[in-house]
Amino acid sequence: MPRHAFGGSSQPRWLFPFILVSLFLLSVLPLGRLAVTGILSLIRGGGDGLLSDPALWTALWNTLTTSFFGMLVSVLLGGVFAILLTLFDIRGRGILGFLFMLPMMIPPQVTALSWIGLTGPSSTLLKAVGMAPPLGSPQPLYSLGGLALLLGVQNAPLVYLSLRAGLLALPRDGIEAARLSGASALQVMRDIILPLTLPGFAAGAAMAFVSNVGNFGIPAILGIPASIYTLTTLIYAKFASFGANTFGDISLLSGLIALLSIAGLLVEERVLSGRDYRIIGLSGRTAVFQLKAWRGASEILLWLVLVAILVMPFAALVASSLAPAYGVPLTLKTATTFAYQEVILRQAVTRTAFANSIGLSLATAFGLLLITVLMGYVVARSRRRLAAVISALADIPYALPGIVLAVACILLFAAPLPLIGVSIYGTLWILLFAYLSSFLAVSLRPIASAFRQLDPSLEEAARLAGAGFGRRMRDILGPLVAPAAGAAVILVFLIACNELTVSALLWSAGTQTLGVAIYNLDDSGSFNLASALSVLVVAMVVVMMVLLELMANRLPKGVVPWRS
Amino acid sequence: MAQLILNHVSKDFGTGKPAVTGVSLNIREGGFLALLGPSGCGKTTVLRMIAGFEQPSDGEIFLGEWRLADVNAMVPPEKRNMAMVFQSYALWPHMSVAENVGYPLKVRGVGRAARDRKIREALEAVRLEAYADRRPADLSGGQRQRVALARCLVTDPDVVLLDEPLANLDRHLRQEMEETFREFHARSGASMIYVTHDQAEAMALATDVAVMAEGRLLQLASPQEIYARPEGRLVGGLIGQGAILHLAWPVGADRALEWPALQACFGPKPGAHLADVLVRPQDVVISDEGLDVVVETAVFEGERHALRLRLPDGQTLRAFSRRPVTVGERIRVVIRSAWRL
Repeated sequence: MPRHAFGGSSQPRWLFPFILVSLFLLSVLPLGRLAVTGILSLIRGGGDGLLSDPALWTALWNTLTTSFFGMLVSVLLGGVFAILLTLFDIRGRGILGFLFMLPMMIPPQVTALSWIGLTGPSSTLLKAVGMAPPLGSPQPLYSLGGLALLLGVQNAPLVYLSLRAGLLALPRDGIEAARLSGASALQVMRDIILPLTLPGFAAGAAMAFVSNVGNFGIPAILGIPASIYTLTTLIYAKFASFGANTFGDISLLSGLIALLSIAGLLVEERVLSGRDYRIIGLSGRTAVFQLKAWRGASEILLWLVLVAILVMPFAALVASSLAPAYGVPLTLKTATTFAYQEVILRQAVTRTAFANSIGLSLATAFGLLLITVLMGYVVARSRRRLAAVISALADIPYALPGIVLAVACILLFAAPLPLIGVSIYGTLWILLFAYLSSFLAVSLRPIASAFRQLDPSLEEAARLAGAGFGRRMRDILGPLVAPAAGAAVILVFLIACNELTVSALLWSAGTQTLGVAIYNLDDSGSFNLASALSVLVVAMVVVMMVLLELMANRLPKGVVPWRS
Repeated sequence: MAQLILNHVSKDFGTGKPAVTGVSLNIREGGFLALLGPSGCGKTTVLRMIAGFEQPSDGEIFLGEWRLADVNAMVPPEKRNMAMVFQSYALWPHMSVAENVGYPLKVRGVGRAARDRKIREALEAVRLEAYADRRPADLSGGQRQRVALARCLVTDPDVVLLDEPLANLDRHLRQEMEETFREFHARSGASMIYVTHDQAEAMALATDVAVMAEGRLLQLASPQEIYARPEGRLVGGLIGQGAILHLAWPVGADRALEWPALQACFGPKPGAHLADVLVRPQDVVISDEGLDVVVETAVFEGERHALRLRLPDGQTLRAFSRRPVTVGERIRVVIRSAWRL
């Protein structure tokens, strides 16, 4: 009976080539194209013009200073929250942690808008309470300091998460042993906890720095009006005033951003290597230290910080969205839902943006699901080294700032597609491609970790039961990774819906997204409409985060980014 | 159904040391073979090659005339008509007990009515009819084990593989499950291969026992034969809780010796050839004459005392005693029989 089949591998023949082709298209091709253009441009002396341009050096200086001071703000905020919420007996730790994580998921342009609404002479909120500075005084946030502050607030959760992971991994019996040997709380802090959590601190700081370097929404809204350019907004400006050298210039600029990011990521990788997360998982942990008399004061401090960085800006945003016109005082009588009606019902631009963003995000989330379920399976079943290569290739487009990927996509699709001769430039398809590439890692991580947690014998039992690959996927593996897949869909949708950086470079008339619409509305002076749209976006973010929070207990560890 | 043949099967994972080397086995139709060996001896790899999860790097596997696997090709597990009970049971947590048991039938396209009947029969056979609609998570360890068995029953497989199925159960449940396995074997008529590191389990269940160590097959025989005539030090150490002594065995003597012929082996004989000799504790009898020994440890086990005894030359013996003895006491023992390995 010659009933031979393929070799020992349990995977169909097409699976591995499919994974390779996906990775090539979504990761290697765009970034490779960018690298080639950048290098060619350097060889042809394209760099000379750019290097002699003082705007470049100013932008680089601005990027480095705002990123550095933003990082300090993040370290301060994230550090205080992580230490107090993880190690001390603060009440309401769950809700405090959840609220502190919100800025990370709120799009940066919305953060920037809400803070503008909070400060400055025309703040509706300040006017309503009669505390607005006199007209004509400058908006204090349109400055390097303002940029750094907001970058710091936006990325403080990164430091919080990284540090918290380190703190949770602390061997608890080690701390107890130190206390039994007679060390005071302060000595335990200094001798045991600090040395063990330093890597988490450093890694979080590095992540915040990288994220600051690549941020576009905050410098776009706060910097451009004051002619303060960072590297990302310089790319945007150069692209807007399209010229002969534009492609060479923007590829070199994004190469520079990529290099800065890689340097930061290497620092992170370096300090985290050797840190073992496997000791996490002690359930039912309670606080290590009692604050005693300081507890009340600490809780008030934490809540005050949250009021300052979250509640007040958001209140200002809501106030701005309800104001009849920019600068008109807001009272209960003058409050109007005009702006909401306008953005939801009347403005064609915002309605198109809603349709585009939601459609694109759904297509991205579900399109990626098809790829990442198969990729996650391959990652979990491959040898360790191959799995690491696949994960790394999927990670790179997400780890690099969005602006880098956007430039790569522009270079890749500026010319019509080979063979079919159709150009996708300026259509929704280029945005879809960029989103697929950018958020591949977001979708892959939860699904791959769900596959890794599955006992391989569950699949082996299905094979002996006679189920082929498709059948096993449908009946056994699919249902078992479904919670993680659901989380992946929500996460990708959430992030894609709020995306600004990639879309800002890739959109054209008719393909604007929500992020672009908010930016354009603000740019054209319709601050109340921009605010109303932002409030809707924040509401959507909160709903989805709550949804994920409710699913969290059924998900593998580390899937929900704000829970560690 | 036909006999399962492993012909010189090897497996090398590329780790420097092959996991399995040149194992040849015939499992007769309807036989019950126990693969016995210490952990890491390659027995699970042999089982996984029979199932089709691993491809041999040398040798062939046949089911009757059907070539299941060789170095170049193999039939995937889903086409082999085998079934397996995994150490972790591998029940699918999102399906009910009935769905778990019926899944192999569903995959084979068996109609609803026939499927329900077979599921009911299989669950009756393992006395779990009342649990059909429960989820695996709601069952105890022994019940999960029986669901896994029922899942093997439904498809009338040619070969049933069991990978340390009792390792996660407590001692009381083990005996009950052994009984279930025997029933299961009688009922299904399938060839069964049972991997275990527990010799008592292997003896109690199997019609044939294959002892493995370090990737090699050391001995294949019936339980009685392997107990009475173990080959070599490794098998001797695994089978029965005997002590292995180095003794000066008379040249040309039988492999089995009895008292008083044995007494001669214990005297100091410089230059004599030393052989590995297996002495089981039940053959060591406390007596007024015989060898002088010192009691090293004495553990009360309920029905008897288990003793460790030191011979004058420093080697240790194991023995059972019905009366209590004290540690350090000097007693005399007679060895009724011993087996040269």
